[in-house]
Amino acid sequence: MNVVSTEIMPDDPVVVPEKKAHMDAILDANRDRPGATMLVLTLLQEEFGYVSLPMQNYISEQLKVPLSHIYGVLTFYSSFRMTPIGRHQVNVCMGTACYVRGGPTVIDKLEQVLGVKVGETTEDNRFTLDICRCVGACSQAPVVMIDDDVIGRVKPQDIAKLLRKYE
Amino acid sequence: MVYRAHVLLSSAAEQSGEIEQALLDSLYNLNLQDEVQVLEVATLGNPRLEPQIVVYPEGIQYVKLTPENVQHIVEEHLYKGRLVEDLMYVEEPVEPLPAPSTKEIRVVLRNIGKIDPLNIEDYIAENGYQALAKALTEMTPEEVMEEMKISGLRGRGGAGFPTWLKWSFAQRASGDAKYVICNGDEGDPGAFMNRRVLEGDPHSVIEGMAIAAYVIGAEKGYFYVRAEYPIAINTLRVAIEQAREYGLLGENIFGSGFDFDIEIRMGAGAFVCGEETALMHSIEGKRGMPRTRPPFPAQSGLWQKPTNINNVESYANVPQILLKGGEWFASMGTEKSKGTKTFAIAGKVKRTGLVEVPLGITIREIVYDVGGGILNDKKFKAVQTGGPMGGCIPEQYLDMPVDYETLGKVGSIMGSGGFVVMDEETCMVDIARFFMEFVQDESCGKCVPCRVGTRRMLEILTDICEGRGKPGDIERLEELGEYIRKGSLCGLGQGAPNPVLSTIKYFRDEYEAHIYDKQCPAKVCRKLIEYKIDPDTCIGCTRCARNCPVNCISGEAKEVHVINPDVCIRCGICSQVCPVDAVHIY
Repeated sequence: MNVVSTEIMPDDPVVVPEKKAHMDAILDANRDRPGATMLVLTLLQEEFGYVSLPMQNYISEQLKVPLSHIYGVLTFYSSFRMTPIGRHQVNVCMGTACYVRGGPTVIDKLEQVLGVKVGETTEDNRFTLDICRCVGACSQAPVVMIDDDVIGRVKPQDIAKLLRKYE
Repeated sequence: MVYRAHVLLSSAAEQSGEIEQALLDSLYNLNLQDEVQVLEVATLGNPRLEPQIVVYPEGIQYVKLTPENVQHIVEEHLYKGRLVEDLMYVEEPVEPLPAPSTKEIRVVLRNIGKIDPLNIEDYIAENGYQALAKALTEMTPEEVMEEMKISGLRGRGGAGFPTWLKWSFAQRASGDAKYVICNGDEGDPGAFMNRRVLEGDPHSVIEGMAIAAYVIGAEKGYFYVRAEYPIAINTLRVAIEQAREYGLLGENIFGSGFDFDIEIRMGAGAFVCGEETALMHSIEGKRGMPRTRPPFPAQSGLWQKPTNINNVESYANVPQILLKGGEWFASMGTEKSKGTKTFAIAGKVKRTGLVEVPLGITIREIVYDVGGGILNDKKFKAVQTGGPMGGCIPEQYLDMPVDYETLGKVGSIMGSGGFVVMDEETCMVDIARFFMEFVQDESCGKCVPCRVGTRRMLEILTDICEGRGKPGDIERLEELGEYIRKGSLCGLGQGAPNPVLSTIKYFRDEYEAHIYDKQCPAKVCRKLIEYKIDPDTCIGCTRCARNCPVNCISGEAKEVHVINPDVCIRCGICSQVCPVDAVHIY
């Protein structure tokens, strides 16, 4: 498990007024709904790309749910992140069909082109490379998702060109 | 006003204004303005063919137009009824799409690609919501259940539990509130049936859920859809909204006094949430970990209330069963497995994609008739059914019927319908390792045999794949597999050893080759293979060297290239880019 800093970064949503207002809006809209923890965390993850420890503390106070519960939920589900991500998220599908049809080769090439390992973000904060579970586009295998774009039948030699579109 | 012809005008081209003016002027000059309707649309396809129009009812596409051309088309085609052949778009010859296999029968997929999923009226036009109306106004819950019983529909999520029986448990349970849940957490790698149904025909699932709610007496339903399916979630949102507008969800549906509404909840990337008790924990906002059953969800489910939970495909079948009758549904399939099943054919077949076939069809028919055979006409090796908890079925069972019981007998499962075909270039040990990596990663950690056992199994498999296999490893895997199967709470743990045990059972020789000969017969396991460039074939084009991710290929242009095996990571890119096939695996 990565160690998560308790330090509040200057751009953390809890200290940036506009972001904080946004958080409050999400909390207010959902606090009375059954199963609010998941709803709130999902929406915050969608909005900010991560849920930092200071944010978790704040959610815990607001929803009156123990911090341990929130941390437990965040660490259980793989789509939550506790640290900021790059501007673009590159997810290589590692479902069965993609694996059989060359997913690992695509990862090798991406690691080489981006100069980072899976799970890391490039120094210029442009790309975060990750693998993901089957995206359900198996007939297009191997598949790479960049942000919300699903790119099918990816060939390793085309990857550099593919990335150029995303600044 | 009834028009005799319609002209679609692409507004994508720069000159579309001029074209439109010319079109309208010419029509007016010939007094055709009341007979021909001009509709400005977005692009008509290929931008290189702009400006373009399509004339209906003939559906003729005229391309690369000028205002003069347009006048000519109006005079000839629309006034005199003669086609202007030299301006017509001639399709470049392309390989025709294969005709759908005659072995397919579409029940669940009947509307996919045929209706606009974002328009409820399209669904209603296909007899949509008639089954719900029939159930609410003409049938008692018991009568609906009886029809379901006759149909013999079994859970399409994988376990195959009779749907009517599940409903009857929830109906008989007492509680002040009851829930119905649709399990759309389709996490099996290689499976995308539910995604297609949710994206292409969401109302059929909503209708099925409403009928289930009527039978068990629930007022509230939840869709649990995985976050990886954003399009499905959006389509569902629109569909639910429209159903509410039309009074098909909400209060007093069809004036029957029955109230029902649905809410969508998103998963967050945990495979185990496809297990019903874990899924309910997730909706409650907790870590999605399974719990012991009993109590079953029908007695104590979501928020400890009686809950009925079915898979997307199960619900999608329900409206058709009520409309056409249980007998009709039961006429398809085998004695114990009725109806049709969708399969996501993936892997090394010519035609990958989604199919719906009657249960009882043979594997050979799915692979060769529906799937078109193995890619590049290689040899069939195995098919993996049922996702990561399923098993690999070898060639000798190609003529085996696909139904719940038979698949179970050979060590696999129906699962949700993943159908991944493997050819001779697939290493079965590597595949077993892949699935073990998956379940090990997705094990929620609650049961020790699953949490620790899968990791130990993965370590052994990794050792075997990397040339460190020892005698006794196979037996150890079998032993561990048995413990995990017996000692885990949920389907994930109980099924986790299946891919390993089934591949050991049918492909033991491959395991032995890895362990004793340190060889990978399919030439996949990277530590056991070596790439070499054949000096007689190499033309020195430098492509391999330029594409090598670790720069381990040396050689001048027009000279023979050499791979340094100590640096090479065996990614195989050199072999893929080589124009003369000079890179071979040893």
